[in-house]
Amino acid sequence: MLDSSEVTVTADGRRIGGVLMDIRNITLRFGGVVAIRDTSFDIREGEIRAIIGPNGAGKSSMLNVISGFYHPQEGEIWFRGEKRPPMKPYQVARQGIARTFQNIALFEGMSVLDNIMTGRLTHMKTGLAAQAIWWGRAEAEEVANREVVERVIDFLEIQHIRKTPVGRLPYGLKKRVELARALAAEPKLLLLDEPMAGMNVEEKEDMSRFILDVNDEFGTTIALIEHDMGVVMDLSDRVVVMDYGKKIGDGTPDEVRNNQDVIDAYLGVAHD
Amino acid sequence: MARDAGAADALISIPALLARNARQYATRTAYREKEFGIWQSWTWLEASEEIRALAMGFLALGMERGDHVAIIGRNRPALYWSMVAAQSVGAIPVPLYQDAVAEEMAYVLEHCGARYVVAGDQEQVDKVLEVQDRLPNLEHMMYLDPRGLRKYDHTRLHALKDVAAEGRVAHERFEKILAERIAAIGYDDTCVMLYTSGTTGRPKGVVLSNRNIIESSRASCEFDKLTCEEEVLAYLPMAWVGDFIFSVGQAYWAGFCVNCPESPETMMNDLKEIGPTYFFAPPRVFETMLTNVMIRMEDAARLKKRLFDYFMDHARKVGPAILDGRPVGGWDRLKYWLGEFLIYGPLKNNLGLSRIRVAYTAGEAIGPEIFQFFRGLGINLKQLYGQTEASVFITVQPDSEVRADTVGVPAPGVEIRIDEKGEVYYRSPGVFVEYYKNPESTAKTKDAEGWVATGDAGFIEPETGHLRIIDRAKDVGRMADGSLFAPKYVENKLKFYPNILEAVVFGAGRDYCTAFINIDLTAVGNWAERNNIAYASYQELAQHPKVYEMIREHVEEVNRSLAQDEMLSGCQIHRFLVLHKELDADDGELTRTRKVRRGVIAEKYADLVEALYSGAESVYTETEVTYEDGRKGVIKATVKIMDAPVVEPRPKMAAE
Repeated sequence: MLDSSEVTVTADGRRIGGVLMDIRNITLRFGGVVAIRDTSFDIREGEIRAIIGPNGAGKSSMLNVISGFYHPQEGEIWFRGEKRPPMKPYQVARQGIARTFQNIALFEGMSVLDNIMTGRLTHMKTGLAAQAIWWGRAEAEEVANREVVERVIDFLEIQHIRKTPVGRLPYGLKKRVELARALAAEPKLLLLDEPMAGMNVEEKEDMSRFILDVNDEFGTTIALIEHDMGVVMDLSDRVVVMDYGKKIGDGTPDEVRNNQDVIDAYLGVAHD
Repeated sequence: MARDAGAADALISIPALLARNARQYATRTAYREKEFGIWQSWTWLEASEEIRALAMGFLALGMERGDHVAIIGRNRPALYWSMVAAQSVGAIPVPLYQDAVAEEMAYVLEHCGARYVVAGDQEQVDKVLEVQDRLPNLEHMMYLDPRGLRKYDHTRLHALKDVAAEGRVAHERFEKILAERIAAIGYDDTCVMLYTSGTTGRPKGVVLSNRNIIESSRASCEFDKLTCEEEVLAYLPMAWVGDFIFSVGQAYWAGFCVNCPESPETMMNDLKEIGPTYFFAPPRVFETMLTNVMIRMEDAARLKKRLFDYFMDHARKVGPAILDGRPVGGWDRLKYWLGEFLIYGPLKNNLGLSRIRVAYTAGEAIGPEIFQFFRGLGINLKQLYGQTEASVFITVQPDSEVRADTVGVPAPGVEIRIDEKGEVYYRSPGVFVEYYKNPESTAKTKDAEGWVATGDAGFIEPETGHLRIIDRAKDVGRMADGSLFAPKYVENKLKFYPNILEAVVFGAGRDYCTAFINIDLTAVGNWAERNNIAYASYQELAQHPKVYEMIREHVEEVNRSLAQDEMLSGCQIHRFLVLHKELDADDGELTRTRKVRRGVIAEKYADLVEALYSGAESVYTETEVTYEDGRKGVIKATVKIMDAPVVEPRPKMAAE
């Protein structure tokens, strides 16, 4: 199951490695409501994995399970070959999993730069006191972290808003800043919750470009939830389709597109 | 090396100037670029090392004398180095407009037969790859920013830094050849080839020799006393002759520092951090600065706003006089000094103009109030009149003779002549060699004695000797009743209003004049916000009745001022419409330097022009637009047409 020897090369020359994260038989309940029902899939190293499905299918819940925000009643998550014990979100972040949110969660009053710097938090080792008085290793550490952040800023082409408070930015740019913060953590697995929601065509194109570039340049594994089918089919290597908390399809975009269950879920048929 | 002995009197090429600078100004900063949030810098010695490494890398790729090397990208030190490196091996750099679409690029690349292309990033590489089938001469492409290019086929594609590294490794093999190549460059060899943006027809390749560039740079550096202390910000397109003269010619002649912004969007901020001493900007940039200041002042606290208004009035009144060294009363001086402390100083600092010694504007007429605003602040903003064919300089304004309505006296070494039809001709050491592969156009523009037709109509003011430009010579026409029609003159008057971005006036051979107006989305959008006018799109805002009302007032004022002028009173605008889309270079409506292409517009919007003369109240139209990625779409709109009040021409006032 976890053989990392298996390496495939995509048509456009990217290397996709072994299984990075394996999600096994997850069931998540809120009281009597079953949000996710016995769902399993894996995410392989270096791929772009999409999770799609109609509203309320359990996509965001799944992402929250992966990021440690929700704790499933049943099932296990294996990350880099090890079974993950129940974890708090910050512990998950330390493992190298970063995410963005469906409703942007940035510090509105802080500058773009400071917001992105918070993404480096998991990499900071000096204590609060040392950082406050800017002493000893704290300074060197800040410089090193700033360098990483500046590379991200350059990568996402947001130099012009470096010092702008996030609250003053338009929606599309805020989304990009959020992506920047996640990238600053130098994650092994990047979770994107509807990165294109509410964007116009041009912004979507930009964002798609950035997602592909991130995957390509840094080899970051990406799991994303998205509603725009065109975007999903173009971007992702493999797609998981969920409906009513269940996985109903899994495969390449083409396979998924021709899957009868998926077609039914999207076009709507009477459920018995 | 071999040339060092005689180098002092042999500054006959850019590489020769580089060698001198590397000796004389070895430790002075030559280039700066902001990257990753920090200004990186290179001294003349370091820059010269980089350029030599690149040149030897070019030799390793087989670059020959006379090869054309296209340079496409935004202003970055490495691209400037590529130009000089190409010159060092005897090749000819051809900078291209980076925002040109693939089709336009294909024409230029094909026409000059470029064997090499140096591209800034993936976007530019993609554009060239898209049209490479039509470019049989193209052999190698190099790129600066590797992002996104890792997976491309690298058989003919190289990272610029790899080329330089190869040059460094192979220096033993190439040093001698490079020295020979540099030594072989003659004063009359081609220095650079620049394609004119072409207000009419296809772009033409203007061949400029080392003599053209170096003589013009020397004369202009002396005229403005430019030294190695200057700082300039290189942000205007590299394909434009002005950038080549300022950022290469003058920079190498005087040995001053060229600063490259981090990205086009950060230009204003970088300007502030660098605080250039020598600055060039088209009127549009000054206009945008002024508009932004005014918009922000609208939102300022009442006291600040009143202080600003009070002192700016004072600055307009006495600022220019103080700058020109004319006598000003003691009380006014004191007030100006206080204003400098409270308003002007902080404002200039905010705009990044605190250290300006000389600032130029050219390319289009600048609105008198914009001009007065900056001069009033104590910024030595001057006008010059130039052309690619003249290596920029035709006329310039000397320090104490600056006016908004003239373009100055002939630049050092330039002779000017006005022919009987009013067209301006000039002759100078900067006059171009020829249009590349286009002897017909060369012959049409430049006569046997070296006089070049500017294509502009103008006259020399007898009292001052200053040149005044009225309009493009071919645009100056007659109306049906025989009165003079000078569209650009009227358009400029309209464009001086911050709300009007662009205007196109029609009327040649007609009974009366009409106009297309393009609103300025920043200014009008802000005005709409303050007046609670809701709009969802440019189109909707443009067609808003209140916007029409506002534009009508502007047109009326312009008509009133035109009525004062005997010669041009016939050019008053009788009817106008506000265009439903912004005129755009991508649609071929403007040139890449944003000059209106009258013919294209008249043809493309023939239905609208027809409606302006038919008396219709509104007209339905469909317009094809080109998106940035080259796709096409259609905008549909019903455009309203409005009548504007016309003023009876009055005899000119006796007193002036």
